[in-house]
Parts: sequence; structure tokens; C-alpha cells
Amino acid sequence: MLERYALIGLFAFAAITFPILPLVLAFLFRPKKPTRLKQSTYECGIEIQNEAPEAQSIWVQFRVQYYIYAILFVVFDIEVVFVYPWAVATNQMSLFWLLEMAVFILILVGALAYAWRKNLLEWV
Amino acid sequence: MDLFGVISQLVFLLVAVLTLAAGLATVLLRNVFHAALALVGTFFGVAAIYLMLEAEFLAIVQILVYVGAIAVLILFAVMLTRGMMQTEDSNINSQWAWAATAIGVLFVGLFILILQVPWKISGQPVVGDTTPALGTALLTTYLLPFEVVSVLLLATLIGAFIIARE
Amino acid sequence: MDIWTLITDPFVTIYNLLRSGIIGLLASLGVPPDWIALIVFLIMGIIVVTAILIVAPVMMMYMTWLERKLVARMQDRVGPNRVGPFGLLQPIADMIKFLTKEDIVPEGVDKPVHLLAPIVVVIPVILSFSVIQFGVGMGAVDLNLGLLFLLAMGSMATIGVFMAGFGSHNKFAMIGGMRAAAQIISYEIPQILSVVVVVLLAGSISLNGIIEKQSGLFGLGWYFFYLPVGPIAFFIFLLAATAEINRVPFDLPEAESELVAGYHTEYSGMKFGLFYLAEFLNTFIISAIAASLFFGGWQGPFVQQIPALGIAYFFGKTIILIGIQLWFRGSLPRIRVDQLMNFGWKRLVPATLALILFTAAFLWAYRVLNQFLTGLGG
Repeated sequence: MLERYALIGLFAFAAITFPILPLVLAFLFRPKKPTRLKQSTYECGIEIQNEAPEAQSIWVQFRVQYYIYAILFVVFDIEVVFVYPWAVATNQMSLFWLLEMAVFILILVGALAYAWRKNLLEWV
Repeated sequence: MDLFGVISQLVFLLVAVLTLAAGLATVLLRNVFHAALALVGTFFGVAAIYLMLEAEFLAIVQILVYVGAIAVLILFAVMLTRGMMQTEDSNINSQWAWAATAIGVLFVGLFILILQVPWKISGQPVVGDTTPALGTALLTTYLLPFEVVSVLLLATLIGAFIIARE
Repeated sequence: MDIWTLITDPFVTIYNLLRSGIIGLLASLGVPPDWIALIVFLIMGIIVVTAILIVAPVMMMYMTWLERKLVARMQDRVGPNRVGPFGLLQPIADMIKFLTKEDIVPEGVDKPVHLLAPIVVVIPVILSFSVIQFGVGMGAVDLNLGLLFLLAMGSMATIGVFMAGFGSHNKFAMIGGMRAAAQIISYEIPQILSVVVVVLLAGSISLNGIIEKQSGLFGLGWYFFYLPVGPIAFFIFLLAATAEINRVPFDLPEAESELVAGYHTEYSGMKFGLFYLAEFLNTFIISAIAASLFFGGWQGPFVQQIPALGIAYFFGKTIILIGIQLWFRGSLPRIRVDQLMNFGWKRLVPATLALILFTAAFLWAYRVLNQFLTGLGG
């Protein structure tokens, strides 16, 4: 088994080199003429308007909605981790096998239904 | 030691050093976003160590759940904060000596503990494909924990929702 | 050596010949066996990796050509036709242009993150190529958990997108990056779960294992034809995967009317080229996964007799699926962000969960019925 992953390791090494190579090539070929205007932050042609200090000028505080999606995602991702071994354990296939996963999934669907009911899934 | 042993030792050393470096960067970097990215590096290192222990499923799940999900959760949480770009504050405060002592004692304690425990070591090679065996174990021996996990996840979700709604 | 084997299965035969040749050469030089194993592993590994790393960018370049040509035709235009016959040299011209464009790094960017983001976006896509099965016995690696590995690589994309959005020091990039991340995680769940249907049917997570299970019916026993679950799972997978790689009609993070170019607003030159590369290679990977899971991968008529046909089948199916995604792009408008999130969580996730339970119930009922009938017969 480790031999297969050794090849994956070789691949990982190649995958890291692969995007660096064109960057180095481009570094050799491209022109370098930076000007003040060119280097300004893209803002549809107007100056950045803000009162905050420079480091925070682009800082946007995001809504908690993103965090709720992320939590939901983590929970369902962990569910997937359990579903995969269950799906390949076909030698155990029986009514019990089926009902067990049904209970597991239904409890989590309960969580989804709760969020839905409380309007947490709404993107406002 | 044969060639294979030498190579796997070298790879382990490399992985361990990189993981530790990423872990240190997580703690020491002042920019929270950079620290979170360093944490992703640590997750990769842990996945590689799982692989070297021939725990294939665990390694891939480590990437899927930790790098793919937990890291995103942390990054979103960073984005929710305000003013994290202010990096003038030092990471070290007046209580660093106490903390260092406590950590040192804990480390030595754990180290001694690990050396003392008689670990069960199986002389048999790892079975080819561990995932069906894992599934079978989940459906028989570890049935109750398996179902409890879903209740736990439900509780986590509802707790997070209530906090998020304030 | 048999000339017929060389004709019907050229790549695997040449690979094996080369391998045994190197082993023989090293053994005659008196190299110890474990060193032979190491050297052979390195040489063959480098050959395989290089071959894939040459095929992948060429594939990507001609996908851009195909996209421009196809979408142009759909919109009653001609598309690229100046550089070479049918504009076939256009991708090469584009590549030269990418190489010679100035790389503008705006002031205030988080330099290391800004530089690393395009690299981080490309790495998982290249790694995905390691487990794809291009033909009979023609995958670099056949992992027991190949499918899960592919999904894990897909989930890594969020980190790169985040880095690009955060590192650019630009509001549009930041909002685009956040939206892209939220969209990717919302559609990853239906994508991973729709794949479970195939895993249930095949009882395997290995990509080759799943493809081999579809050999029935003269090489046409594809899971797409397992009514009614096959087509439903395929459409959910295609939708979710298209959303996950931010392509039309789910390209909200790059909605130019509101977010300029999303998280790659501040990228230019080769760095932008790398984002472009990752997007197209992702389209290829998604199509390759769909082809392997639902359309039998390299499976097809006469593939047992002439293994070389497998490559043609695989690439044919993949290119048709890529064409479907380009067709989406040519004909569908972009959907709104609230529609996107609602559709993902309120429709796709419950539907996929129900589909998994239905498939499991179906398989169980089939097995019970089968046992009952054999019981009657015996």
C-alpha cells in the first residue's frame, strides 16, 4: 500500500513544481514597468473611500450567515465520513444495515429541518 | 536497516519537521489569517503521518474533513472578526514563564507516559482494504457510538445556531 | 513479444517492456535488489508523472479552444479562426501572451499569500490526475480509496480561493473569495453524497473497481442506466460539481457585473493564467469522474479484446461531458446568490439523502428477493 502512496508523494512533488515553473518562465520574459497608477487597488477607477487606517481599508465584516453554512458543512462532511464505510460494508446488508443508516441520516435531517424552520438557511 | 527502512525514516523526519514548523508558525505568527494557513499545513503533516502508519482511510478523511471543512470554518470565523489586521500586539505577555513551565511539565509527563504504556503491537501486516472492515465494525461492535455521533452532531449544530442567532 | 499485444495495448506493453528492460540491465550490473526496486520506482514514476503533466496542459489548452469555438457557434459567431487552420494554434498564441504579460502586484497586497494562492489552487488539480484511470491498466495509481481521494482534492480548492480573496487587498476579491468559498462548501455535500449512490451500487471506493463493475451488457452496463437512481445521481453530481468549480450557471463569484472578476480581480499575467489553468483542469477532472462513475470510464464494447480502445472510450466520454458543461455556458444565464444557496441546502441535500436511502432500500429488497427466489428454486 505504501508504494502506491510513494507514487502519490512523487506526484505531490511534481504538482508543487508544475505551477512554479511557468511563474519562473514568465518572470524571465515579462516586462517590469510598475507605475503608481498601475499598482493602485482596482476600484472601478475611483479612489478608495474609507475612514479606517490604511491596513484596514478593504476590511469588510462578513455576516454570520457564512459561519452557519460552514458549521452545516462541517457536520455533513463528518456524516459523509461515516456513510462511506457503511456503503462499502455490503457483506452486512440486511434490514438492520438499512435502518441503522436511516436513523443516522434522519437525526441529521432533523438538524437541517431545524435550521430551515428557524429561517437560518435564508440568504438575506 | 534495509533501504526501505532508511527511506521511510527520512520521509518521516521530513514530515515531522515540516509539521512541527507549521505548528510553531501557527502559534507564533501575528497575523491571524497567516496563522490559520499555517494550521492547514499542520493538518497536512498529520495526514502524511497517518499515511505512514498505513491508516489510509484516516489520512484521506483528515484532508477531507480538516483541510476541506474545519480549516474553512476557522477561516470564516477569522473573517467574522473585526480589526484582525492590527498586528501590533505581541503574542507574548507577562505570563509566558508560567505557561512555559506548565507546558514543559506536561510534555515531560506525557513523554514518560508514552514510554511506560505497553502498546499493543500486532505483528501482522495491514489488510489490503481497510474500509469495508471499518464499516463492519461500525455496524456491529461500535453500533452505539455510531448512532451517538449523529446525536452529538445534532447537538453541535443546534448549539452553533443558537449562538449565531444571539 | 507478440506484435498483436503491441498494437492492441501499446502503452501498457511499452511500459512493461521498459520496466523489465531496466530491471534486467540493473540486475546484470550487479545492483542489490532493494536498490533496483528504488531506481525502477523512481524512473517509472518520473516517466508516468511526466507523461501526465504533458497531457494535462495540452488537454487544457485545447479545452479553451473547444470552449471558444463551441460557444461561438452556439451564439452564431465564428470564434477563433486566424491563428492556424480553424484557429487551432490559438491556445499556443495565448500561452505566449500569458508568458509575456506584465505581472502587476498592486500595493497593499499580502505578498506571500498573493503569490502562493495560484500555486495552491493548481496543486490539488494536478494531484487529482494521479488516480484517474485513463484506460485499461492506465492509471498512475489505483488507490483503494481513489474516489474519496479525488473528493478530498476537490475540497482543498477552498483554501486557495480564500487565499486569493484575502491576499489581494481588494473588496471585490474579498467578497468574491468569500462567496466562492460559501458556494463550494454548500455544493460539496450534494456532490459527495451523490457519489455514495455509485459506491453503494459498486460496493467499492476504488475507481478501477467501480469501472470494472460496469462491464456487464457488452461493456455497456453503466450506472447511468440503473433506473431510476443512476440518471438522478448523475444529474445531481453534474450540477453540484459545476457549482463547486464555479462555472456557468454557478459562476457567481466571478459575476463581472457586481464583483468585477471575483477573487482573481487583482491577478494578471501568468498568475491569472494559473487560475485559468486550474479552472479548466477542474472541468476535465469533474468530467473524468462523471465518465468513470456513471458511464463506465474506459469500459465499452470490445475493450477486453483491444485494450487500446479503452483510452478512446474514456476520452470520448470525457470530452462529451465537457461539451455538456460548455453547452451550459453557452445557453444558461447566471443564477442569483440567494437562489443558489437555497437550491443547494433546501433541495439538493435532502434529495440526495433520500436518494441514498432509496438506493440502499432497493439493494436490500433485491437481495432479499434474490435469496427468496433461490430458496424456492432449491
